[in-house]
Amino acid sequence: MSCIEQMKYEILLDKTTYKAAREYIEKNSDEVYYVSPGYKIFKDYHIIGVPPIALGAKGNALIFTYTKPCYGTFVLTIDNEDSTKEIDRVREMENEKVIASLKKGKTPESSKASSTSYQDMWKK
Amino acid sequence: MTGAKVLLMMGCPEVPIQTSIALYLSHKLTKLGFDVTVAGTGAATQLLKVSDSDGYYAKKLVNLDNTLEDIIEKRADFDICFAFMHNDAGMTYAATMSAISQSRLYSIVFGRNAEALAETIEFDGEKIISTDVHNPVRLKNKLDKVVEEIVK
Repeated sequence: MSCIEQMKYEILLDKTTYKAAREYIEKNSDEVYYVSPGYKIFKDYHIIGVPPIALGAKGNALIFTYTKPCYGTFVLTIDNEDSTKEIDRVREMENEKVIASLKKGKTPESSKASSTSYQDMWKK
Repeated sequence: MTGAKVLLMMGCPEVPIQTSIALYLSHKLTKLGFDVTVAGTGAATQLLKVSDSDGYYAKKLVNLDNTLEDIIEKRADFDICFAFMHNDAGMTYAATMSAISQSRLYSIVFGRNAEALAETIEFDGEKIISTDVHNPVRLKNKLDKVVEEIVK
């Protein structure tokens, strides 16, 4: 069992599909970042999901998906010191990606929230 | 392919045919010389343990989340994976497996909504689809053909 279930979390959406959970995060976060399946948050929780995995930030709260085989996917939010650290970490990763793209002379493909479809962005 | 490492990835055991097919496939592949591991949720593995109390059909029975963690952390991987799914969560686990593992993935999509669920699959790999819930024979026959192709 992951440490998530022992943490103080709030359920924003429950027993839904992964796609609906991702869309919820995209629509209800101030910032959205995309990571690969298996990305680890809160020390030992590897995110299960259909790529692209959306992570949302709203203030200091991290918004993420949590999938249980018999119950479907949940959207959870945690707002504490650890969530702030996780948001900083994913922001830093995003900055590194942009810097790496610039060094290669490419236009950076930011995964921050925009008006385009994230599903299409992932498929590029 | 003898000796190849095979993972049978079980999802929620709510649909009855999963347990019998997992036991059948585990035994069939083991007899053919594959190194088979069966991973599942707590309830799914308990169903197998009670049905196969001496571990005759499923010799290696492990926790699904721990297995995925081992693959993500590069402590383990498999050559072939059969992912059982009858709901969106099962498909989500299989999509994760597709992204983290080098294994050849076979999606076993079953249950009343199998066809609609199969259409939501975006990752690569062969799909074995059966709308059956209680009677495993049609799915068993389809899997026999898939295994036949694998061992060719």
